[in-house]
Formats: sequence, C-alpha cells, structure tokens
Amino acid sequence: MELLRWDVMRSYLPLYRDAMFLTLRIGWAGILAAIGLGFICALIRHYKIPVLQKIVGIYIELFRNTPLLVQLFFLYFGLPKIGLDIPAEPCGVLGLALLGGAYMAETFRSGLEAVEPIQMESALSLGMTRTQAVLHVILPQAVSISVPAFVANIIFLLKETSVFSAISLMDLMFTAKDLIGLYYKTLECLTLLVVFYLIILLPVSALGSFLERRLRYAGFGD
Amino acid sequence: MKHELIKIESVVKEFGDNRVLDGLSLSVREGEVVVIVGPSGCGKSTLLRCINGLEPIQGGEITFRGQKVDGNSRSIVGIRQKVGMVFQNYELFPHMTILENIVLSPVLVQKRGRKEVEEEAMQLLSRVGLEEKRDSFPRELSGGQKQRVAIVRALCMHPEVLLFDEVTAALDPEMVREVLDVMLTLARQGRTMVIVTHEMSFAKAVADRVVFIDEGSIVEEGSPEAFFEHPGTDRAKRFLNTFTYEKVEKGA
Ligand SMILES: Nc1ncnc2c1ncn2[C@@H]1O[C@H](COP(=O)(O)OP(=O)(O)OP(=O)(O)O)[C@@H](O)[C@H]1O
Ligand SMILES: [Mg+2]
Repeated sequence: MELLRWDVMRSYLPLYRDAMFLTLRIGWAGILAAIGLGFICALIRHYKIPVLQKIVGIYIELFRNTPLLVQLFFLYFGLPKIGLDIPAEPCGVLGLALLGGAYMAETFRSGLEAVEPIQMESALSLGMTRTQAVLHVILPQAVSISVPAFVANIIFLLKETSVFSAISLMDLMFTAKDLIGLYYKTLECLTLLVVFYLIILLPVSALGSFLERRLRYAGFGD
Repeated sequence: MKHELIKIESVVKEFGDNRVLDGLSLSVREGEVVVIVGPSGCGKSTLLRCINGLEPIQGGEITFRGQKVDGNSRSIVGIRQKVGMVFQNYELFPHMTILENIVLSPVLVQKRGRKEVEEEAMQLLSRVGLEEKRDSFPRELSGGQKQRVAIVRALCMHPEVLLFDEVTAALDPEMVREVLDVMLTLARQGRTMVIVTHEMSFAKAVADRVVFIDEGSIVEEGSPEAFFEHPGTDRAKRFLNTFTYEKVEKGA
C-alpha cells in the first residue's frame, strides 16, 4: 500500500485552492487594516497624544494578551447579543485587524524609538514643521528599522488565520478537518494542509529577507 | 551701524532645578562672526538651541530681526529658515542620498523648483569638493565629508545666520581642517555666523568677537586679540590655559 494516495489528493485540490483564496483574502485584508491601525496607534503612543494615548495603550494590552480565538468568539457570538451582527468573513477580517493592529503598533513604535531624537531637531532646524519632519525624516527611517519585525508579524498573522474555522469560515483548516471527518484520509488531508500553508507563507518569508537585505544595503546608521 | 539680527536679552534656561543660562544677553549683528567659547557644560549648546527655538526658555527674550523666537509659535518655521544650524554629529538623513538631503527642505518647505535647487546644490557641493558624492548615502562618507554636506544643506536654505555647534568635535584630527576651511571661506564672504568651538586657533582666525561663557552667563567679551592675548578675568585665563602646554607652570 502506498503511503499517500495521489489520486485522492488531486481530487481534493480544488477545495484546498478555494480555501486558500479565502485565507488569503481575509488574511491580507486583515493585515492591511492592521498595518493602518498599527501605524496610527504607534504615532499616537510615540508622540504622546493626550487621552488617545491611554485608549491605545489599553487596546494594545487587551489584544496582545488574549487569544485570537477568544477575540473572534467575542466578535462573532458576543456582539450579536447587543444587536451587532457581523457576518463571518468581515468578522475574521476585523479580528485579524484588531489583533494585528496591536502587534504592528508595538513594532512601529520601537522603530520610531530607534530614530535618534536629534534627527527631528535636524529637520526642524531646516524649517520643516513637525508633521513634515515626521513624514519625510522620521517615518521612513522608523519603517525601515521595523521591516524585519514587521514581516515576522505578517507571517504570524497569516498563521493565526487557522483559527478562523472556529467561526465556520471555510478556510484551509476548516477544509482539512471537514474532509478528514468525511473520508478519513487523514494523512493526505494534513499533507495538503501543510503544503498550502507553505505556498502562502514561503513567498512572504522570501520577500522579508529580500527587503531586509535591500534596506541594509541602502545603508542606515554610520 | 549694521542691523542687529539676533538679540538675546536676559535669557534664563532651566532644566528642572538646573539653571543652565542665567540672564544671558548677547546680540549678533549682520555680517558678524561671533565665536562662543567656554568650559564643557557651561551652556553653549543650550544657547544655540534656544536661538533656534529648539529649547523653550524660562525667562528673558530672544528675537530674530525683531521677531520673537518661540518654538511653539507659527513664526518659528520662517525664523528657522533664516537661521541655519549645523550639529556636532552632522545629522544628515541616513535614508536619503547626499543630493536628496540638501534638496529636501528647499523644495518641501520653501516650495522652490526642484531643478533650480538641484543646480544650486551641485554648485555648492562642488565648492566644497564633493560634487561626485551626490548619489552616495551619508554612511558612505567620512565624518569631514558629512560635515561639509551638512554645511551645504544649511546654506541651500539661503539662511541669514548660521549656527555651528562644535562641528569639528566629532571628527578625526586630519579632517578638522577641511571643515574649518569651509567655515573660514564663509566668514570671508561676510556671512553672519555664531560658532561654538574648542579650536582656539581657528577661533582667533575667524572671529570678529569672542564671547566667553561660564556657568550660564557671559564672563568676558571682546576682540579675538584682546581675549586671547590679554584676557581680563581669572576665569578666562584659567580656561585658556587648559589649551596650552608651554605656558603651564614654567613661568611660575
Ligand atoms: N536635555 C537636557 N536635559 C537636562 N539637562 C540638560 C539637557 N541638555 C543640557 N543639559 C545640561 O545643561 C548644561 C549645559 O549643557 P550644554 O550642552 O549646553 O553645555 P555645553 O557648553 O554645550 O558643553 P560642551 O562643551 O560639553 O558641549 C549641562 O549641565 C547639561 O547637563
Ligand atoms: Mg555642547
């Protein structure tokens, strides 16, 4: 007997492919939103905007210290109880955005902190406003400093999408579990699961190392 | 008499309980080169930072052409365009090429045409012998080259005054000269400059007026000849003695 039945695996392929597109769709939508959210939160915390700073602090601690699964349950099963009924897919995007936003915020913030404060003064002394200095001098440096941690976050978030099956989104994990339950082809299903996650994640890793090398070449510090 | 550009009146600057500038008054006239000297920690850098509105002051007033310098006011952006500053550690923007470093502010802040600014930047770069570095990044330059770029970057804003804060202090000895030569040339062109330095022979050569600060106020002020040859106060004499070896102890 063969270890893996190729014909079985081939017949599953379309299901996995659709599931992968769902994972990618939710994953990237959530991550893009997370980047935007994280960016704004990082600026609020770094430049100590009153009141907002406190709110952002609470948000970050809350979402970094609870599992995504719990957050999703809350959004999907909890919110309808107070009349907020969000369908599964937007729910997944929102959950990922909120979790990711908290991580991205901390990543960008450490990037901002790594830029010497005197760079701001150097920009100001050239007549720039604070906003111009942040946009043209501080942020580009902070972003490139945070690229490695930033890519690590993206990979982490893409992997976290595997809990989406819990709110009955037909993602890769859901498809695998479903097929195993139906036909007991456990090894085939799990192998395909691994392969499809690698298809999603390996390019991101590669892009990450590429960016890291490029930025190092562009030359920061002395 | 020439116009007064910068007027500093009884300025008090405190960091917590630490009074760093203690009722200091000084004015800088158009075309004048004022060199500020004094022991480490006496408040020289702080004074320059106050002039540029980078530090709030707790008392007194600083004006540039009669306009009050206040880091939080709207006018500060205009004042800073007229008051250029060069820092000890260059503070070039590491993510931009040399040319981009120079061109950024004139284009962004002064809304000048990029082409015109680039042409001027290249002219200025070639005057300090660095035109071939236009597309290099700061980390590819030596300290002396970076500092010359920083000076060009400040000049390209067409400032009326330049502030220099120990711009050769971080340089290897063999690079000090190339930067000081650029500054001497600027001084000869009649530029208004306020220079903080520990290079006493340079101070002597470049200054129209030397100001000696100790513990946050001006102790002595005069022509370089007077100050270096016949310092009037004991504190100034002691300070100057720290720079010479031949005078120490021998005569005593
Ligand atoms: N941001 C700050 N916070 C608190 N104290 C400060 C700050 N900046 C400067 N000081 C203090 O103010 C005093 C004057 O500092 P300043 O840097 O102006 O001296 P300086 O004359 O430039 O010295 P040096 O020749 O070593 O550069 C010092 O006692 C310093 O510790
Ligand atoms: Mg200093």
